[in-house]
Amino acid sequence: MKIKMSRRHFINHLTASAATIPTLQFISEVRANATKIKKNQKACILVWLGGGPPTIDMWDLKPNSPNGGEFKPISTAGDGQICELFPKLAKQMNDFSLIRSMSTREADHTRGRYYMYTAYVPNPTVTHPTFGSVVSKELGEKRSNLEIPAFVAIGGNPGSPGFLGMTHSPFSVGPDGRIRNANRGSVDRVRLQQRLSMLNVIESNFIESNRGDSPQAHKDVYSKAVNLMTSKQMEAFQVTKESPKIRAAYGENNFGRGLLMARRLVEQGVPFIEVNFPGSWDMHSTVFNRLRTSIPQLDSGLSALTTDLKQRGLLGDVTIVCIGEFGRTPRINQNTGRDHWASSWSALIGGGNLKNGQVIGKTDKDGTRIEGKSYLPGDLWATVANSLGIPLSRVYQSKRGRPMKIVNGGTPIKELVG
Amino acid sequence: MSGSLTVLVRRSLRHVPIGHSMMKSLLQFGLVLFLGCSLLSSRLSAQKSTEKPKQSKPTQQQVTPLKETTIDEVVNKINEYVKQGWVDNEVQPSPQATDAEWLRRVYLDLVGHIPPGEEVDRFLADKDKAKHRKLVDKLLEDPGYIRNWTTIWTNNTIGRRTPRRVSRVGMQKFFREAFARNLPWNEIVYELVSAEGHFEENGAVNYLLAQMTMNDNGVQAAAKTTRLFMGLQVQCTQCHDHPFNDWKQSQFWQFNSFFRQMRRVNHRKYDPKSGRQVDDYSEIVWKSFEGPVYFERRDATMRVAYPKFFKQNVKSDSETDRRKELAKLMISGEKPLIATAKVNRMWGHFFGYGFTRPIDDMGPHNAASHPELLDYLANQFVKSGYDLKKLIRWITYSEAYRLTSRTTDKNKIDNPAAGETPLFSHMYLKSMQAEQLYDSLIVATSAHRAGRSDWSQAERQRQQWMQQFVIAFDTDENDETTTFNGTIPQALMLMNGALTENAVNIKAGSYLRKVLSNRRNKDIVKITKLYLATLGRKPSKKELNALSRMFRANRNADMRLKTFQDLFWALLNSNEFIFNH
Repeated sequence: MKIKMSRRHFINHLTASAATIPTLQFISEVRANATKIKKNQKACILVWLGGGPPTIDMWDLKPNSPNGGEFKPISTAGDGQICELFPKLAKQMNDFSLIRSMSTREADHTRGRYYMYTAYVPNPTVTHPTFGSVVSKELGEKRSNLEIPAFVAIGGNPGSPGFLGMTHSPFSVGPDGRIRNANRGSVDRVRLQQRLSMLNVIESNFIESNRGDSPQAHKDVYSKAVNLMTSKQMEAFQVTKESPKIRAAYGENNFGRGLLMARRLVEQGVPFIEVNFPGSWDMHSTVFNRLRTSIPQLDSGLSALTTDLKQRGLLGDVTIVCIGEFGRTPRINQNTGRDHWASSWSALIGGGNLKNGQVIGKTDKDGTRIEGKSYLPGDLWATVANSLGIPLSRVYQSKRGRPMKIVNGGTPIKELVG
Repeated sequence: MSGSLTVLVRRSLRHVPIGHSMMKSLLQFGLVLFLGCSLLSSRLSAQKSTEKPKQSKPTQQQVTPLKETTIDEVVNKINEYVKQGWVDNEVQPSPQATDAEWLRRVYLDLVGHIPPGEEVDRFLADKDKAKHRKLVDKLLEDPGYIRNWTTIWTNNTIGRRTPRRVSRVGMQKFFREAFARNLPWNEIVYELVSAEGHFEENGAVNYLLAQMTMNDNGVQAAAKTTRLFMGLQVQCTQCHDHPFNDWKQSQFWQFNSFFRQMRRVNHRKYDPKSGRQVDDYSEIVWKSFEGPVYFERRDATMRVAYPKFFKQNVKSDSETDRRKELAKLMISGEKPLIATAKVNRMWGHFFGYGFTRPIDDMGPHNAASHPELLDYLANQFVKSGYDLKKLIRWITYSEAYRLTSRTTDKNKIDNPAAGETPLFSHMYLKSMQAEQLYDSLIVATSAHRAGRSDWSQAERQRQQWMQQFVIAFDTDENDETTTFNGTIPQALMLMNGALTENAVNIKAGSYLRKVLSNRRNKDIVKITKLYLATLGRKPSKKELNALSRMFRANRNADMRLKTFQDLFWALLNSNEFIFNH
């Protein structure tokens, strides 16, 4: 039951003393007018292929090598050829580039993931922030109209904000848009309001008793949480609000829904969204059969996302990155699979006003060695940071006061940034 | 005199960047003074031979003990040292905490949950001048004491998320027995470091098993043991000499070489139901190892390291049980590092901050805020036979522990949360740990009186709830962060989650229903009861005024019930509830 109350009536109804309570109705009406999409709000969507995808079968095929595998490369709208199982994406490769010279030394899942997320090798003395947390800090903090978290992770294991602090933690959502405990439970808005009024009485009393800053900080987090619960921006998580046609284009599966949610979040101003591909890419066996199942979803999802963003005029502002924690061995093992391989693999990057359609770097004919310059995770994220307008001169301080360069001092890939 | 030096060192540490030569000489001067003080105090105190751990020990030198220091003597000394710090830093202490504040604090610190409402009534009404000490004594004998410290040390040794092939039940069993018997701390350390065998038969073994999840040749075991028990952070020195203190890479590997004679064995069994092999049990067994360990310097040269504990060499032949020798060495001496580290940690438990920050990174590179006090307490701790309950008494009987957490103009600068060195001129706020929150919610709703069927079932239920908590709020284990880490998911959980929902239930038979069932009691009485049950105090006039208005506005019975429910919800979600102050 929606109770439409005028502001004055509402304030009279509230008999609580003391100032600021988030007055639900009032706030959401004000905010409703402000949710016009801000143009030029940059964002990054990370499509995470957990387990380590066999990029030698996807982005850098070697059909004339014993390592070649079962698929053939096809021509695309860009410079590079990709796997034949990506017919839709192939038509949009002019909006993407392939970095075929990633070399990242960490072939263990946990270490590799940490390295790719943070651009730093794991270290017992400090927890580095995952790149999403960096974006939350650099861009999210500036977006005063953003009522939902600035770093959203759809599924998966998104990493830690490290020394940037808990405010920049990834906010985890299930691909069905489910956020734990975000519902008001069994109470309606009026009851919630009553609860918050009483909470305010008790909290103000404690805050006024001079016990340091923590009591106020507690109140602030609660305000944020309530804003989240009651914000209209929460609708961004409701993928079912999209037309069936669009949902079908992205794919009626968790991955497709995740990407669609990411687009909706971008429109609300969320600067970093990680979409985890449900299902593992850790294909130590029967790699080709497994790719036949997984790649079509990736193909539909990525191409729908790109088309959608382009049509809404957002593709220039959104950088898309598609990677896992490492690549997979060029040599096919005895179980028709590929094992962990970090020394030469490919990343897909697109949008973000980058000089797309290119192929950056190359590997030898068997895919085992990089020829020429190779790139580290820091370089990949530096490229993204550049597109997002985040200065690379940033230096943070770890909890021990150690200076930490943003993205570990990586440099943007010059062919992409121009 | 030394106090003003402390001030000087402290102020310099704040403003002078590391590496400055003046800093180095100040540190050296401070170190000399520190050593001088410890030499002096070790002459004054005597080494009483402690209860010897089970296996064969080297005979400790028998020193004729001086008259045993009384509790009051130690407490007075603590008060003296802390007061000196106030004088030197020109702060004045806050007044004493109210009885209500103090009661709640000591309950949370000692037994891990808030006081039941009736306990608050009783304590507030008690006119006995000695009631504070008596309460501490009572709580030290409460089963809650055992449960609380078992929880704390199980989390410290094996984490909140039990690693694979480690028995949480076994670890808890070890600690429960240790705390129930008030086993001396040096014996606990000895057991944990030297344990062998089946992980349920000898629960102590789980500590090392939890450090042996990867095949890392005892690297994690070495790093964790030095940090947890000796307050030394040496993880950096695995690969290079420590940048700030004197630890060398070779020392790390010398230390590591003590852990090379153990091997983890995982036993599996056939499960007829699933038809697969499943985990059965794990154990630590002896592994033959002799000679040095090899390690690589950053310049790629190989070096050797023999088992050496600071200046003590230990035989590296195949016959010597290195781990047992290590355990003996760790607990021997007049004031070993395990004593100073434990005192620091214990102080930090009660005050929110120890004498160093972090609590487990001690040494000349990280000056203690109150070095003489730390030293003195460590000495007394050893003299007492590493008696944990005595140590707790000294701390909780102290003047500083009685102070309120309210700051005054005269001590606002004493703000460790903002990075200042703690002066203990007022109590600091500590967040409740997850387990404390759970247990407190149980107490707040009198569910603890329903009579827990048995310990293990209650523990299982709490574990279950903890799982979702741990997943939602995973923090770096090395962090000293407390539970309320300020994330939105946590706030959401506390606002809307199942545990809170259960607590504020108004179904028939629920706690709230019972409180509200007495029709004769006025609203004020009922409101007061809810306050006592949750915040451990009575509501203030201002609060009562604000709240009564809300209650009067709701005339019909159903709405009134719901309004009380809302009040209870607000109390449980408040900052005052979740902070231990």
